[in-house]
Amino acid sequence: MSSTNPPSATSHVALTRHPLEHGCGLSEWRSRCRGTDSTSLKNGLLQASAPSIPLCCLCPMSTTVQEPPHVLAVDDSLVDRVVISRLLRSSKYRVTTVDSGKKALEVLSLGHESVQLIITDYCMPEMTGYDLLKRVKESAELRGIPVVIMSSENSPARIRRCLDEGAEEFLIKPVRPSDVSRLCNRAIAAMPMR
Amino acid sequence: MGHLDEQFRQVEDLQDEASPNFVEEVVVVFFKDSGRLISNLEQALEKYPRDFNRWDAYMQQLKGSCSSIGASRMKNECMSFRDNCGQRSVEGCMGSLQKLKREHAILRQKLESYFQLLRQVGPAGAATRPAM
Repeated sequence: MSSTNPPSATSHVALTRHPLEHGCGLSEWRSRCRGTDSTSLKNGLLQASAPSIPLCCLCPMSTTVQEPPHVLAVDDSLVDRVVISRLLRSSKYRVTTVDSGKKALEVLSLGHESVQLIITDYCMPEMTGYDLLKRVKESAELRGIPVVIMSSENSPARIRRCLDEGAEEFLIKPVRPSDVSRLCNRAIAAMPMR
Repeated sequence: MGHLDEQFRQVEDLQDEASPNFVEEVVVVFFKDSGRLISNLEQALEKYPRDFNRWDAYMQQLKGSCSSIGASRMKNECMSFRDNCGQRSVEGCMGSLQKLKREHAILRQKLESYFQLLRQVGPAGAATRPAM
């Protein structure tokens, strides 16, 4: 497809990849359709209404419903697990909560392909959120999963350490629903396709 | 200072038709959990005298829970306890703990009344339905 001709809606349908299990392929679109206004692209596709394109809940371009992203939430605080799980569900994510890094790694070893995001507390006994982050980023199978860290300590050194180790984002507790849903959407959308 | 801060409103915002009793559920979990943490802390105060690091670790957990539901007065007492740990003052810690327990009891009472009132008032709009 030429990047100078405005592509027809049908040709975009053929080029678009929206694997059922992933987040949004918007960046793929734009790189393939340079020189085209992305808004008219969206409109063109919506008009085409191709039923074969699966719906990514983050992407306005697709038309059929698919599985919402699966988030693994890790926190030793019961109150926080209750709040965070409600918060993620109300943003239409599927959530699994665990109370330790060790359990998180067990869940991941059982089915890491299904987890699109890990959101973890920093301060936990035995294995901190930072330790968990390191284990994830050191693993060939897991390192593609974005990790968001939450902490009640607003320590620049801690934040730096986590971001340097590969965390997508660092949230200060108490977390607000708007922060979590915004960051999760962004982290999942930025993920390379798996 | 009020008993509850903005964070409580954030929690309330998470309640909807899909989770119509969410706030009360979180509050029940909070009181069970904080009751347990306070009781663990009291045991630690006796079993591990002057172990300020250990005491502080318990209080950090409790402060986190208070913060997550917006229990601002309780949170303040948690912070004051932690300051006393930092200053290695047993008396200060004991004093803060008593205040914390008092705030805990007051908040529980107020929230129980609040939820009772909500139940009496009934679902939104019921009070305005005309009598037939």
